[in-house]
Amino acid sequence: MAERTAAERVALARHPDRPGTAEFIPALFTDFFEQRGDRLGGDDRAILGGVALFHGRPVTVIGTRKGRTLEERITCRFGMPSPEGYRKVQRLLRQAEKFRRPVITFVDTAGAYPGKEAEEHGQGEAIASTLAMMSELTVPVVSVFTGEGGSGGALALGVGNRVLMLENAVYSVLSPEGFASILWKDASRAEEACEVMKLTAPDLLELGVADAIIPEPPGGAHADPGAVMRALDAALIQTLDSLRKTGPAALAAQRYRKFRGMGAGAVRKERT
Amino acid sequence: MSSILARRRQKLLALKALRGAPAGPVPEEEPCPACGTGSTRREWVKNLYVCPHCGHHMPAGAYYRLSLVLDRGTFRELDEDLCSNDPLDFPGYAAKLTEARRRTGMGEGVVTATGRIGGQKVAVGALESRFFMGSMSAALGEKVTRLVETAEKNRLPLILFSASGGARMQEGILSLMQMAKTAAAVRRFSRKGGLYISVFTHPTTGGVTASFASLGDILLAEPGTLIGFAGPRVIEQTIGEKLPEGFQSAEYLLEHGFLDAIVPRAQLREILQQLLTLHGKGAGEHG
Repeated sequence: MAERTAAERVALARHPDRPGTAEFIPALFTDFFEQRGDRLGGDDRAILGGVALFHGRPVTVIGTRKGRTLEERITCRFGMPSPEGYRKVQRLLRQAEKFRRPVITFVDTAGAYPGKEAEEHGQGEAIASTLAMMSELTVPVVSVFTGEGGSGGALALGVGNRVLMLENAVYSVLSPEGFASILWKDASRAEEACEVMKLTAPDLLELGVADAIIPEPPGGAHADPGAVMRALDAALIQTLDSLRKTGPAALAAQRYRKFRGMGAGAVRKERT
Repeated sequence: MSSILARRRQKLLALKALRGAPAGPVPEEEPCPACGTGSTRREWVKNLYVCPHCGHHMPAGAYYRLSLVLDRGTFRELDEDLCSNDPLDFPGYAAKLTEARRRTGMGEGVVTATGRIGGQKVAVGALESRFFMGSMSAALGEKVTRLVETAEKNRLPLILFSASGGARMQEGILSLMQMAKTAAAVRRFSRKGGLYISVFTHPTTGGVTASFASLGDILLAEPGTLIGFAGPRVIEQTIGEKLPEGFQSAEYLLEHGFLDAIVPRAQLREILQQLLTLHGKGAGEHG
């Protein structure tokens, strides 16, 4: 693996030609049927999901979508989901549970959309209830962070039994720009933020947030998408196989324990 | 229960509440930040730090809040000594933690406890906005999760007062993970039939809004509370326009269907008592 600075990885993770959910689905699955709408009055194009076959077995696949053309990007709000998007995710998750399909999510988003309507429609509630729902599913859930993973908007698709990351994907509490702006009141210190935030795949593997890293070609995922698809395919086969023998209750329990243990080393006892 | 111990607990909570009382040491007359009308310290205290003229609710400390709703002498703090371990070794964070702990007398930005309201035993927690703005550290998430587990194990209703600026930046991704952890814990508690009342207090934004605070069976808020996922400044920057007056206020959320009720501070204890009674045995004997 090439040694890169965190800022270089952030740039690769945001590369406009980086393959996303819209490319992964046709490359990795067959018979994809897109399911649209949250059944509450909206359909968010920033979330792409439906049913497909993965090596002949039905799965529910859900991902964030940034869009390719400028028009698509605007329609998809550059990959930042609205509450309608998270409620569509919930609808698809409920069906995955009902039909006992494994869930595969692809995450590539700067975060949930911070807009006026998004707030009016309950962005906080939508993310909170998605987190809660994902945590208790009794089917296997594999989350793949493929590009940017920003904030609660990314986590809402990331409560997996296994969390995989592409080699140059990043995952953080907030974008480096937002982080620098909040902490240092200076968004231009984003590059410095990248280095202290521990947002690269190797950092997250070490922190126990990611379970495995999927290698990318030397130039990054966009340099040879075919190679990325092959690596991703192999990783998904292996990961789903490893979960196949686990029963429904045990799958939910394993996922619960995994997230229950997050940050266990980050607390200590001291008299105040 | 020994009455001496109960008196002692009451005294301790009263002392801590004093420290957490909103205005701290104030001059003879302190103007209300909302309407500008002055009130004496005595008036502020008597009115629970709510402006007697316009009803503006001053932010209140965590211990103070608990002292307002719990029966006298029933407060028993949990995990008082749990605090952050600076997990990412973040530059300058350890010193800031020490300073926050010295200033507030708290180990972390949430107080968790068991106590009684109108005789009914409850598990209760309150976030402290003066401790890193109530931001979600791993220790804060852990304390909240342990409180939920205490409620589950002892079949107690759960009451949480939120006040948070969102994630604890200095703990990075581990802060983010607390959203999944706490959301999963309250969902599990809920599945076992437990009653969870969530009370938003000013301000509650970011990861706390987008996790445990929004998952209550009953959602309440103090008047004027700012509640949102994204903060108003971020939204204005994104959409390139000014937000209307009162956007993201509790009143606004009530209109949009995201709250059950807005409850003034002086009525909160009574409303909580009513809700506990309404849930009857279901509230305390789930499982």
